[in-house]
Amino acid sequence: MSINWFKYASPATFYPLAGKLIPLFYALAAILTVVGLYISFFVAPTDATQGEAYRIIFIHVPAAWMSMFIYLLMAMWAGLGLVLNTRLSSIMAQALAPTGAMFTFVALITGAFWGKPTWGTWWEWDARMTSELILLFLYIGYMSLTAAIDDVRRADKAGAILALVGAVNVPIIYFSVKWWNTLHQGASVSLTRAPSMAKTMLLGMLIMALAAWMYSIAVALSRARLLMLEREKSTAWAQEVLEQKS
Amino acid sequence: MLTTIIRRDLLLAYRRRSDVLTTLFFFVIVVSLFPLGVGPEMKTLRLIAPGVVWVAALLASMLSLNRLFAADYQDGTLEQMLLAPQPLALIVLGKIVAHWLVSGLPLALMAPVLGMQFDLPPAALGILFLALLLGTPILSLIGAIGAALTLGLRGGGVLLSLLVLPLYIPALIFGAGAVEAYSAGLSPEGHLSLLGALLILTGLAAPWVTAFALRIAME
Repeated sequence: MSINWFKYASPATFYPLAGKLIPLFYALAAILTVVGLYISFFVAPTDATQGEAYRIIFIHVPAAWMSMFIYLLMAMWAGLGLVLNTRLSSIMAQALAPTGAMFTFVALITGAFWGKPTWGTWWEWDARMTSELILLFLYIGYMSLTAAIDDVRRADKAGAILALVGAVNVPIIYFSVKWWNTLHQGASVSLTRAPSMAKTMLLGMLIMALAAWMYSIAVALSRARLLMLEREKSTAWAQEVLEQKS
Repeated sequence: MLTTIIRRDLLLAYRRRSDVLTTLFFFVIVVSLFPLGVGPEMKTLRLIAPGVVWVAALLASMLSLNRLFAADYQDGTLEQMLLAPQPLALIVLGKIVAHWLVSGLPLALMAPVLGMQFDLPPAALGILFLALLLGTPILSLIGAIGAALTLGLRGGGVLLSLLVLPLYIPALIFGAGAVEAYSAGLSPEGHLSLLGALLILTGLAAPWVTAFALRIAME
């Protein structure tokens, strides 16, 4: 049996599929969020050294993970779009960017809220925070570049190059910031938490991370559906969809 | 081929000398503004000098990036270059080298003079010069990618800074770090080596990426 790998690479077939999948992923995201928040607020024990303030990691860590992972995913989709010239890949890359930027922003803000009670400062020029901030700049650069180009095909390709150059740069930036940081200041704050985490804490964090995944998929698919309709508005299938809606 | 492009771009720059001087004076003015803002205490100034010079060099070289392809794009020369039988990456490399000779090298030559304003010791001035000599080509190389991506766009200049400045950060860190390491009594060699490694990496990759971006822009 031969599998047609590209069946869902066409917007005409992917649009209805995404429409069916979106409610599923939203539902999963909602359930996982409720379960995860319950565990993190009522089940997980109070931290011995940080008190209740540590509970923000249940938002902070998943957001930070997603912010980095989505950038790589976006660069991968953009690269696929560049190589295979598939319309849907570029659409996915563009659909992921705002969600990634949102998670980066959330990670920065919650990091500040966490830092104030535990280290006594909103902001520390620490390697991870600084590179997270630079990641936000990279997302903003990608989004403003694709928004500034009117021609869709050029916007996709130019954005793809920028995303790939950025992806190559991310490790370089991370290590340069890390060395810069160690040169300037000794280890004034240690980011590494107590070595062993309670099992329920880890469980809560993982469930919240899964919830963030489901949410990202759902939102990216919804955005991709809109982008598909917008770009393919002259095709027959898009006309059909639009007629049914009106 | 390479030398032809370099000579042509240098000649064009020579015909429009004021453009080159504007970048250089921008650099001088920005660096001279800092003591006025921070205060004339030599101890503070000595500390911030490498960072100030480097940030000013970043901004100055970014300002001049617009000129890299814009004029050739407007009069159609760029199209001819794309059609030329020679590899586009080589032509791009020639343009980048010429751009660096016109906008990067003067900054590196000027930096020791500005460093004196900040009371840096002579040896630190030498390291500052060396770091800029290694670092400014990186700025031109990475900047060329941004310039090609934003070619002919609305508000290209501001957009260019959004794209390029985050990518400049490693060069800034190692460049300013070399001088700071020396002032702290450490060897600046590590920073300079990393700067050289960055230069090799960008030198190998940036011309190809820029050529690719130019083809996209001209489609």
